[in-house]
Amino acid sequence: MTLQHFLSMGGYAAYVWPAYAVFFIVLIADAIAPRIRRRRVLRELRARIARQGVRQTRADSFSTTPSP
Amino acid sequence: MSSSSWIPLWLHKLGSPPIFYRFAGVVRPWAMALAIITGAIALYGGLVLAPADYQQGDAYRIIFIHVPSAWMSMFIYGVMGIAAFIALVWRIKLAEVVAMESAPIGAAFTFITLVTGSLWGKPMWGTWWTWDARLTSELVLLFLYLGVIGLYHAFEDRRQGARAAAFLAIIGIINVPIVHFSVNWWNTLHQGSTISIFGHSKMSGAMLWPLLLMMLATKFYYIASLFRRVRTDLLSLESGKDWVRQIAQDEARS
Repeated sequence: MTLQHFLSMGGYAAYVWPAYAVFFIVLIADAIAPRIRRRRVLRELRARIARQGVRQTRADSFSTTPSP
Repeated sequence: MSSSSWIPLWLHKLGSPPIFYRFAGVVRPWAMALAIITGAIALYGGLVLAPADYQQGDAYRIIFIHVPSAWMSMFIYGVMGIAAFIALVWRIKLAEVVAMESAPIGAAFTFITLVTGSLWGKPMWGTWWTWDARLTSELVLLFLYLGVIGLYHAFEDRRQGARAAAFLAIIGIINVPIVHFSVNWWNTLHQGSTISIFGHSKMSGAMLWPLLLMMLATKFYYIASLFRRVRTDLLSLESGKDWVRQIAQDEARS
């Protein structure tokens, strides 16, 4: 069997290959989506931790200033 | 969960988010590797080794992705329905997450089923679409998945949204046997089952093994995709907890 013959799919190439393309495109998109979301979740969490850290140090510095 | 002493201890522990997060992290790459290996062998068997069909020529080769996807569209709905039931009755957070994160994967497989079926129907039946029982019930399945996803995200409170969506998932489970038996119950353009678990399959061995192997590959894929999604969701739901903060800071350093 030649490659040409294989790719032509007995004349049904216009139906068989798009079907396989949809299968792979949809599943690859499904696999990538949570990866992107995971990165975003962790980035947002780190930003929140950083903000809390700043607030904490500010609160600490206030409490150490002597009251008049 | 004080009254759940009948649940085995290991299962009880596995239900705890940090433990399941680690467990899923170990299993996921193996499931993905198995999905890719079995999928590649199945594709080679289906597209290259299997002979052309005596009636449908090479167009029938769509079966190697269409039927496994259709099977997964129903299987995942079943898993989602069971997890939704457990989530509603026992209020187990992990069951809720499994149910909600199964929905997008199920929707993906249902979409693939409809599109590949359409691409197969055009050369064989002469039409992209027909409103018969099998096709219509599969379309309803897609809408049910989209409804579950939509309802989950429609609430401000995630867990409240999950409970509403879980309720819809349980009601919608009625549709699964309708999809499955539609080819027997109604007169339809769609062909009957090619494969039978009990009894003889109407298919030659050279065509059958790639199909069965592809069904296995899509199962492994589901496990891999579900576990990645569940891990991400657990991080998001438990973001106030120390174990998640630890992961966030560890990954920033690496």
